Amino acid sequence: MTGPATPPRRSSFAAELLRWQTPLILIAVIVLVACAGTLGDVVWERRVTFALVNLVAVIGLYIFMGNSGVLTLSSVGFMAIGAYVSALLTLPVNMKSMFLPHLPSLLAQANLDWPVAMLLAGLIPALVALVAGVMITRLSGIGASIATMSLLFMIYIVLGNWDELTGGQNSLMGLKTFVKLPVAAGLGAGAILIAFAYQESRWAVALRASREDEVAARSIGVRIVPMRLIAFVIGAFVSGIAGMGFAHFQGTLRVENFYLDSTFLFLSMLVIGGSGSLTGAVVGTFVVSGLTELFRLSEVGIALPDAAGRIAVPAGLGDVILPAVLLAILIFRPQGILAGRELILWPLHRNRE
Amino acid sequence: MDSTLFLQLCVDALAVGGLYALVALGLGVIFSVMRLANFAHAELVTCGGYALFLLSDWPPYVALPLGLLVAVLAAILTERVAFRPLRKADQTTMLIASFTVSVFIQRLLIFVAGSRPKPVDPLPGINAPIDLGGIDISGQRLITILVCLGCLLGLRWLLLRTSIGLHMRAAAEDFSMSQLVGVRANEVIIAAFVISGALAGVVAVLYTAETGFVHPRFGVQIVLVGFVATVIGGMGSLPGAVLGGFLVGGLTTLLQAFLPAGLREFREAFLFGVVILVLLVWPNGILSARSMKERV
Repeated sequence: MTGPATPPRRSSFAAELLRWQTPLILIAVIVLVACAGTLGDVVWERRVTFALVNLVAVIGLYIFMGNSGVLTLSSVGFMAIGAYVSALLTLPVNMKSMFLPHLPSLLAQANLDWPVAMLLAGLIPALVALVAGVMITRLSGIGASIATMSLLFMIYIVLGNWDELTGGQNSLMGLKTFVKLPVAAGLGAGAILIAFAYQESRWAVALRASREDEVAARSIGVRIVPMRLIAFVIGAFVSGIAGMGFAHFQGTLRVENFYLDSTFLFLSMLVIGGSGSLTGAVVGTFVVSGLTELFRLSEVGIALPDAAGRIAVPAGLGDVILPAVLLAILIFRPQGILAGRELILWPLHRNRE
Repeated sequence: MDSTLFLQLCVDALAVGGLYALVALGLGVIFSVMRLANFAHAELVTCGGYALFLLSDWPPYVALPLGLLVAVLAAILTERVAFRPLRKADQTTMLIASFTVSVFIQRLLIFVAGSRPKPVDPLPGINAPIDLGGIDISGQRLITILVCLGCLLGLRWLLLRTSIGLHMRAAAEDFSMSQLVGVRANEVIIAAFVISGALAGVVAVLYTAETGFVHPRFGVQIVLVGFVATVIGGMGSLPGAVLGGFLVGGLTTLLQAFLPAGLREFREAFLFGVVILVLLVWPNGILSARSMKERV
């Protein structure tokens, strides 16, 4: 499932290339998907861009949940923080004075370039995750899940009511929409590289040991809490950047967009693909995005010839089918489509025995 | 603090806390026998609320039992379709499954009934204020407190004095051991879901009487707070659930009364912050069930 602890002794470059084949293939897939996105009309291109932004969010969720085995519900909250950080730093100054007249002057005057804003959109959620994670990572199992759920609610309530900073329940409008297809593909590729670099590290190996058996892992000297904390912070960083991606893809921002509905969407993507592997996260995102697109098309329907009307599925049916699909996966294939395997075309090591 | 204000706060805390305690008990009964944190409990409350809406034209003595019955049937249905196949699955899978069932029912209700709120008034004329020496205790609050008390006593009798109650307590202690001495797994789990559904039905009646409407996400807010209560009190411990319910009720009332106006809208954020703090001090809740500690 994962790389060997000691790499096979081959020429180091070839060995490294083999070790990194999974992310390289996945990035190639992303490039293909992005190319396919340019083939259709504008709507199609937006759908593909949206799927790629979703991918970043799912990978942010995967980094902690996949490696630790602990269900987290807070990743969408980190996305919200990242989205607002980037929005406040890049909105034109005159628009800020219009929508958010009570901003502190430092923020009101800020007008950063988007790469700087993007970095901060990752770093600030990571900082929040560090502070909250010191407490949350001490917990295991259901307690941990409920603590992350509480964290999501706290973020939601604070952002949704802090009128001076976020405009409360109102939408923020007029964000620069620079997240087009190439940027989204780049963000997806970056997320894959971060997730893979992390999961090959000794911290992640230790964390996965604790996922399989907490007591056994502790008995061989794994310090679970710091290992979880590392994953929690890196996951929050990627989630924050995903949030930035959403904000600057849609151009508008509402706290409501980062709550239970999106939590469910990303969770279903990760679990359907298989939360145990990065490949699972990627496959799940594309499968669910494809399904959603299919539902959307069938709700639009097909026009009958001679203007006799349309055949269409009733609106909203897709929303009902997705949880049903997820439930079926949980019952019949609880490990997801990939069941924890990574995509490996060239085996790293033949039987070494 | 003068005594009228103090008594008023106590009444408020009891009414709010009692409702939370009923939700927490409904969650706790399921958790204690099958280690399932049932997010879909919210939708049992919602289903009960919709049943009351559909039965609006009937007199309360018909509508209330039928509303209760709908919640119970919904509980049994979720067990049969979703949770029974997953009984052997790990806790995380079950947690995701219950979240999924919850979203499924919500969206089904939106699909069938639309997302607009519907008016419900299951106990007409109950909101008239009753003045007891400066303390405002509306009929709705009084009934909430009394019904909660009744449910607690009824559940206590059921668990301590009947054979199914004995079986449930045995299963909560150690599920596989209880099976070895002749407790039937299906019977116990169905019983837990029936009790949980009935409690959800009671909550549906009391909560719709308070709010006056029902919509597809009707149960979510109160059940999330109920979750907080079970976690604080101790998951898997029923006295803990009740304690947690009243603690959260008291805390909400105090925050509402004494937080400065600018911070009041963040009230729930403080509440969820308390959950994290309590979990740090008592990782299994204040009255943690002994059987919760994993054996190695």
